[in-house]
Amino acid sequence: MNVLDKMLAGKPNLLGVALLALLIFVVFPLTLDAFRLNMVGKYLTYAFVAVGLVLCWGYGGILSLGQGVFFGVGGYCMAMFLKLEASDPVSTKIQTTPGIPDFMDWNQITELPWLWVPFHSFSFTLLAVIVVPVLLAFIIGMALFKRRVGDVYFSIVTQAIALILTVLIVGQQGLSGGVNGITDLKTLLGWDLRTDSAKLVLYFINAALLFGCIFIGRFVLASKLGRLLMAMRDKEERVRFSGYDVATFKIFVFCIAAGFSAIGGAMFALQVGFMSPTFVGIVPSIEMVIFTAVGGRMSLLGAVYGALLVNYGKTYFSESFPELWLYLMGGLFIAVVMYFPNGLAGLWDSHGRQALARLLRRSPRSQPVATSLPQAVRVEPKAPAPERPSLETQP
Amino acid sequence: MTAIGFQMNKPVLAIEGLTVSFDGFKAVDNLNLYIDRNEVRVVIGPNGAGKTTVLDLICGKTRATSGSIQFDGKELTKMHEYNIVRAGVGRKFQNPSIYENLTVFENLEMSYPAGRKVFSALFFKRSAAVIARVEEVAREIFLGDLLEQQADLLSHGQKQWLEIGMLLMQNPDLLMLDEPVAGMSVNERVQTAELLKRISQGRSVLVIEHDMEFVKSIAHKVTVLHQGKVLAEGSMESVQSNPKVIEVYLGH
Repeated sequence: MNVLDKMLAGKPNLLGVALLALLIFVVFPLTLDAFRLNMVGKYLTYAFVAVGLVLCWGYGGILSLGQGVFFGVGGYCMAMFLKLEASDPVSTKIQTTPGIPDFMDWNQITELPWLWVPFHSFSFTLLAVIVVPVLLAFIIGMALFKRRVGDVYFSIVTQAIALILTVLIVGQQGLSGGVNGITDLKTLLGWDLRTDSAKLVLYFINAALLFGCIFIGRFVLASKLGRLLMAMRDKEERVRFSGYDVATFKIFVFCIAAGFSAIGGAMFALQVGFMSPTFVGIVPSIEMVIFTAVGGRMSLLGAVYGALLVNYGKTYFSESFPELWLYLMGGLFIAVVMYFPNGLAGLWDSHGRQALARLLRRSPRSQPVATSLPQAVRVEPKAPAPERPSLETQP
Repeated sequence: MTAIGFQMNKPVLAIEGLTVSFDGFKAVDNLNLYIDRNEVRVVIGPNGAGKTTVLDLICGKTRATSGSIQFDGKELTKMHEYNIVRAGVGRKFQNPSIYENLTVFENLEMSYPAGRKVFSALFFKRSAAVIARVEEVAREIFLGDLLEQQADLLSHGQKQWLEIGMLLMQNPDLLMLDEPVAGMSVNERVQTAELLKRISQGRSVLVIEHDMEFVKSIAHKVTVLHQGKVLAEGSMESVQSNPKVIEVYLGH
């Protein structure tokens, strides 16, 4: 039990990271069959979103209910490249217009739309996976944060954007594959993605990228910017009247969260082999918030456990009791908000971590110059974490 | 009415014709106010006189309907809040506004005038200069021994000092304090008066305060606001003996 506890710990001690790495890089690949491992890989793509939400919601107080948008845009960018590769003139020769994706042919489109043309290039695609969603987040952030739209209003707007994008994708069937999404993705630069070995390699790439995001997150939180985020969340006016342009910091963290989500989306398209509007809209966006809340919105590692556990629960329960799952998930969210607002990581923090924290707190005293470690430890809320204002913005 | 002896200097803050109206109600009405370099000015007035609104207008929290606020030759009414701060205006709020879950050290460090932009904050290093400055300011505000204390564990008075310290970190040319001794013990008030005398060296201070003993002990000059207008201005004695002031403020 103690080992599990440590894994849930959100503190930036490397032990927690090492244990999570052990679980993801060693335990899962050794114990799970190819099908289940691919499933875990899929869950881990949601963990990218959850890690981004820890930064933007947990620390920045920005509750985005539209992270599916960035996950989706990242995923669609990757899927467009893969679809073009799968739609070579030879394998599409039975179409009226060979060489374009099948769904375009069904929609009487005779020429590849301009939006798709650059996605013939893999390097463009890799760039677009990150740049397009981050740019979108930047525009949304500029429009809202500069005008001081915050709290619940921001959440509502992001939710509306998720809805708009879904409607747009479904409506533009010829361009986007409509409600079915982009399916039948086969190869990446000639490498067959559907084989077990490819899935194994992708699983490891995915996991490595996830840890990359966790490390970026840790770096951000350990920096002055991390402390500023918390300060802004709790006392925005004080930060503003201390000479900071609050909006740019919010835009920055929102863009980071969008970038993480987009990587998750692209890895989803690669591992699962399709992308559809189901992963863009309101429901998946809120589910991603639930993963974060359950794991602990103040903990980068906790968010990963949250994504794994909730998705495992979803798969397990929806296989056994499909009607029950939605109620269960709703109940879980309510329970988290009411009884353990800092999620699993918070539970561990309030029960049993204190002894360790006390030890850690003693060390920075002797050397207040602080390497990033003790400094970051002090940033974390101590004792039973107080209720945060951002919680009240939850619907 | 410029104070004699200061005529050679341009006032550091010149407020002229300042008006702000909220749905027709003029909280500040055609206000003129000049503050000289190195001056400690106290603004008093009954509740609703517009004292806090004046501070809000100067620091950009509220936007003026008309009029101008010149600070060191810069027009503040058109500037962003963060640029007003960077120009050298520091403001303490009425209720102590500090970061409760950070330590005293981190609270002060947060106001250190470096790492104020996204990427410089990301790569901000806690250098020896930063530490020295934080420790210096902490000693000044009587919190030198409490650097590692989490801010929510401070007493109310200590929180007030901490917020003043956060302003000192920015080394502002104009320090604005909204009721700095509210909720303080007698002892703490005396200490705060000493603190203000020390920190007003080389900068101008604008204070809103109700505690007349405290006002007497720090003010160079007092301005009485009433219904958004200046009712009287001058030394504490002249203001206290002004019949108009007695009528609206001290009277009844």
